[in-house]
Amino acid sequence: MYTLSNRLRLFSFILMIVGGIGLIYGFLSTPKSVEEVKEMMAAHDAHGGGHGDSHAKAEAEHGGEHADDAHGGDAHYEHTLHQLQNKPWASLYVAAFFFFMIALGVLAFYAIQFASQAGWSPVLFRVMEAITAYLVPGGIIMFVILALSGFHVNHLFVWADPEVVAHDKLIQGKSGWLNGTGLMIRAAIFLGGWLFYRHFAVKFSRKQDEDSEGNKWYKKSFKWSAAFLVFFIYTESMMSWDWIMSFDPHWFSTLFGWYVFASLFVSGITVIALMTIYLKSKGYMDFVNNSHIHDLAKFMFGISIFWTYLWFSQFMLIWYSNIPEEVTYFITRIEDYKLPFFGMLVMNFIFPLLVLMNSDFKRVNWFVVMSGIIILCGHYIDIFNMVMPATVGESWFIGLSEISAVLLFLGLFLFVVFTALTKAPLLAKGNPYLEESKHFHY
Amino acid sequence: MASKVIHALYIDDDVLMDAVKKVRSEHYQIEEIYTPFPVHGLDKAMGLPHTRLAITAFMYGCVGLTVAILMMNFIMIEDWPQNIGGKPSFSYIENMPAFVPIMFELTVFFAAHLMVITFYMRSKLWPFKEAENPDVRTTDDHFLMEVDAGSHDVDQLTNFLGGTGAVEIKVIDKEDDNH
Repeated sequence: MYTLSNRLRLFSFILMIVGGIGLIYGFLSTPKSVEEVKEMMAAHDAHGGGHGDSHAKAEAEHGGEHADDAHGGDAHYEHTLHQLQNKPWASLYVAAFFFFMIALGVLAFYAIQFASQAGWSPVLFRVMEAITAYLVPGGIIMFVILALSGFHVNHLFVWADPEVVAHDKLIQGKSGWLNGTGLMIRAAIFLGGWLFYRHFAVKFSRKQDEDSEGNKWYKKSFKWSAAFLVFFIYTESMMSWDWIMSFDPHWFSTLFGWYVFASLFVSGITVIALMTIYLKSKGYMDFVNNSHIHDLAKFMFGISIFWTYLWFSQFMLIWYSNIPEEVTYFITRIEDYKLPFFGMLVMNFIFPLLVLMNSDFKRVNWFVVMSGIIILCGHYIDIFNMVMPATVGESWFIGLSEISAVLLFLGLFLFVVFTALTKAPLLAKGNPYLEESKHFHY
Repeated sequence: MASKVIHALYIDDDVLMDAVKKVRSEHYQIEEIYTPFPVHGLDKAMGLPHTRLAITAFMYGCVGLTVAILMMNFIMIEDWPQNIGGKPSFSYIENMPAFVPIMFELTVFFAAHLMVITFYMRSKLWPFKEAENPDVRTTDDHFLMEVDAGSHDVDQLTNFLGGTGAVEIKVIDKEDDNH
């Protein structure tokens, strides 16, 4: 049995408190009116003449375009005001989704291990079950944030703003799908289905420990996992349209669901590897050998490349055909987010490619931990790149509210996951493949 | 000079594995082992060094990537930078997404083919090569271990090999140059 150490509990509470305070400060320090934005920008421009000049020029062009506009020059500041007001909300959303998707990725991986009757992974099942425990609080938080955004408490989803929709033919055409009520109903179905499977899969796994006669519970788990995977791939795809792609309601991409899936899958596998290495180093998982780590690292390597394949397929098809209504998505990202947009390719592709290619390196714990941390940071930036351009635009910055939101959810994640680990023995002893898994050797 | 080797035949891969371990622990020199199929762990039991084929494949892949980049940079950017459908042929990096499929394929092509050819060369395989099979049964259901008998007492060695479960033991006079 794992016992939660006081240091870890304290650490996660400190993370939550520090993150919470930082995030509240982030909310409080957003400008409330156009005047405040003007003041802020004037103070900012005073630092560098060059930047101020270019800004004034951009504004002059902007003013010229909107010569008929009654607001005149204020339209630009109002735009910036909305972006700055969105900033803490968007950082909250990115962090909430990032940790939620880790748990979801692990759930999908867990179901695949059952459905494929994998012989190597049963020793890791309890770690996976513990990570998916975060689905409950994480899912509730996602649901609340989505409700707030879907009913326009904040400006995250432009399609939720009735005034915008009134002047936008394209969003009007999509409002049959993109409306607050629909978003909530679908989110309830997705989350309900995932939590339902998670609850029963864990229950069956515990029952199998007590009563492994005839593998009754194992067979149940097998059937439920197969059914869940069918449900999952539909709902995950729709979830990515609803929760991520609808930030840019004028844009759509057909492989977006797969792309988000690759991101959440590789993050989930990476977290399994990191947790396993941590628990093994503390002496809780002596039955895990370096072949298990090697297999997890192989998955991290392979799915990282799968992610890159999907990223590139999406990017290259749109870049190549260069159709104006599609390509704006990447133009805003390349112009305003050059470093995060291309930086994540280095972190999510080139780094794991070179580090995890060698079979010997995949057995070395610190290599796996190092590349795992880089992969997780890279996929945070991936989500950041999906959400931020449509919500805060060129006013992005990885600053106080972004880091605080990550710390807040990291603390919650660690606390929930490690508390869930204490609920059951770390070895799923009733699993019919357990002996094979213990002696797994690659 | 002719040297003496002993051919010990086995009919089970588990027995063979045990025999290999025993022979090695007695410090006899195993010249070669012939098996009809890959026996998992045999290389480790024999103490053979790890293959470096994967390292060569990585280097060949790097060569393929370089060839693809240099080729397309010369053809599409330097030699005749035509405007084809509005693609930006001003520099390699600006038009790179269009080249990635070729860069990828040539990397794989070079890595795969040159690695296979390296394998053929290192294992001395080619179409009209004369088969080096000491006993036809080793391609069907027998395992053959060839042990160097040069400086050992042949009777003692054959007895020892008989004890490891060999079903048939032959002493062979072998010319040095046919190996």
